[in-house]
Amino acid sequence: MNAPIVIVGAGQSGLQVAESLRSEGYDGPILLVGDEPCLPYHRPPLSKAYLAGEADEAQLTIRAPAALAKKQIECVTGVSVVAIDREARAVHLSDGRTQAYAGLVLATGSRARPLPVPGADLAGVFALRTLDDTRRIATALEAARTVVVIGGGFIGLEFAAVAAKQGKQVTVLEAADRLMARVVAPPVSDFYARLHRDHGVAVELGAQVAGLDGVAGRVSAVSTADGRRFAADLVIVGIGIVPNTELAEAAGLTCERGIVVDECARTTDTQIVASGDCTARRLPGGALLRLESVQNAVEQGKSAAAALMGRERPFAAAPWFWSDQYDVKLQMVGLSAGYDEVVIRGEVEARRFSVFYFRAGALIAIDAINEAGVHMLGRKLLDKGHRLAPEQARDPHFELASALT
Amino acid sequence: MVMITYIEPNGSEQQIDVPEGWSLMQAALSNGVEGIEGECGGSCACATCHCYVDDTWAERLPAAADNELEMLDNVAAERRPTSRLSCQIKASADLAGMVVRLPDVQS
Ligand SMILES: Cc1cc2nc3c(=O)[nH]c(=O)nc-3n(C[C@H](O)[C@H](O)[C@H](O)COP(=O)(O)OP(=O)(O)OC[C@H]3O[C@@H](n4cnc5c(N)ncnc54)[C@H](O)[C@@H]3O)c2cc1C
Ligand code: FES
Repeated sequence: MNAPIVIVGAGQSGLQVAESLRSEGYDGPILLVGDEPCLPYHRPPLSKAYLAGEADEAQLTIRAPAALAKKQIECVTGVSVVAIDREARAVHLSDGRTQAYAGLVLATGSRARPLPVPGADLAGVFALRTLDDTRRIATALEAARTVVVIGGGFIGLEFAAVAAKQGKQVTVLEAADRLMARVVAPPVSDFYARLHRDHGVAVELGAQVAGLDGVAGRVSAVSTADGRRFAADLVIVGIGIVPNTELAEAAGLTCERGIVVDECARTTDTQIVASGDCTARRLPGGALLRLESVQNAVEQGKSAAAALMGRERPFAAAPWFWSDQYDVKLQMVGLSAGYDEVVIRGEVEARRFSVFYFRAGALIAIDAINEAGVHMLGRKLLDKGHRLAPEQARDPHFELASALT
Repeated sequence: MVMITYIEPNGSEQQIDVPEGWSLMQAALSNGVEGIEGECGGSCACATCHCYVDDTWAERLPAAADNELEMLDNVAAERRPTSRLSCQIKASADLAGMVVRLPDVQS
């Protein structure tokens, strides 16, 4: 039998590559290898609906076994790829097998960044990345009363919202002087700090965690560098991710903050493509862009499948992302880094407004809060390169849609 | 289980027993129905789970929330009065026999 195209990592991106290979007309064998014990699932609900008990595991699973079989996608779970032999065009698996490949896809994703302080390994301290993590957290949350979230980024804040809604006493410790500082402007950070405080969450900014204390191996408190101490019987660490690049590095592929790929998801080896959280994409200007999002997992997955079929399908759309906290939906489009002007449009008090980011007068990003329409319009504006001037965004009588023509 | 008929873009019909409480998007994905992408996993954030609900059923469904309506204004295929996001429709006994048609593009 012909060697299959082997996809390492059975996450959303790996599955996308497999399905896109079929829509690109590839009819050879496909083998998806995943080290988690389950079939590919949607990760975003883990800190949202699933954690809140609004969905069960089967609902998160993207395709049931029969749907994979129909497309002749073979998926082995609970097995990891431990090494790549580029010369022999084969991978070594954790179950001792060696598997030849006709093409190789690295969709290894990322893992939670470990907290580098004493006590981080105490019982009751969790990262939130996998279905398994979430299951254990949900059980621990039932019994918990005081919850400390380390890191005021998306995942930590979404978790804080779920825990607060369940009546827990929640504290968020953020080292920076505002929430989600890496990605949003101060007005958005301030809005979210207020939103959480309104729901009874203590938001502590400038709180650098120094260590965790425990009693009989279980976490009991978190202390900060400035000497404060926060009691906790459950701690969630959400301080970012680390891309899983070790396999690629060991195989000699270029990695820098991720597996380096071009706009068509190609690595430095023509037989190997990579997609999703594990990659860093080289932009035409030379800069590297690492995105951690569903859109990136899906779009790069499509690029990777096309590339294996010898076609170019560059991923060039403006990045988008969302976050659900309480009844507020944040939808972001574009990259706001490097902005020199922001315009706020809408009603902050009514929790319905958008923040427009400009650089040298050009629109580069929009954060929409409970304004899905503005977000979707922003995608069109940025993808098609339409111009919107700061004065227009600022003018409440200006019809945003007219910028599309 | 609630029997729902999905009509794929090429016209073929799939009848699926959807567990109560599941969204029509989840059941479509799980069963490999063609014509629904459901990229965001049901967060009402991607608009790639667009469907047309048969007239007689459209009015029986709970009304769409503002967020869904705004996303619907931006679907890739034609927006019709019967357009809904299938991730926002939860299967319940009173929907048994419902028919949804899937558009030819989602993104
Ligand atoms: C709690 C949470 C909430 C999120 N919310 C949002 C959101 O609201 N919006 C959004 O856009 N994004 C969100 N994300 C991010 C989004 O889920 C990821 O960007 C996306 O899942 C990336 O997909 P992926 O396939 O690249 O990686 P992953 O989903 O990480 O999948 C990679 C898989 O490969 C496996 N693997 C790694 N190495 C090997 C190996 N050597 N052998 C075999 N298998 C291996 C991993 O275990 C994993 O199962 C969220 C993420 C989390 C954790
Ligand atoms: S699945 Fe994304 S909007 Fe329905």
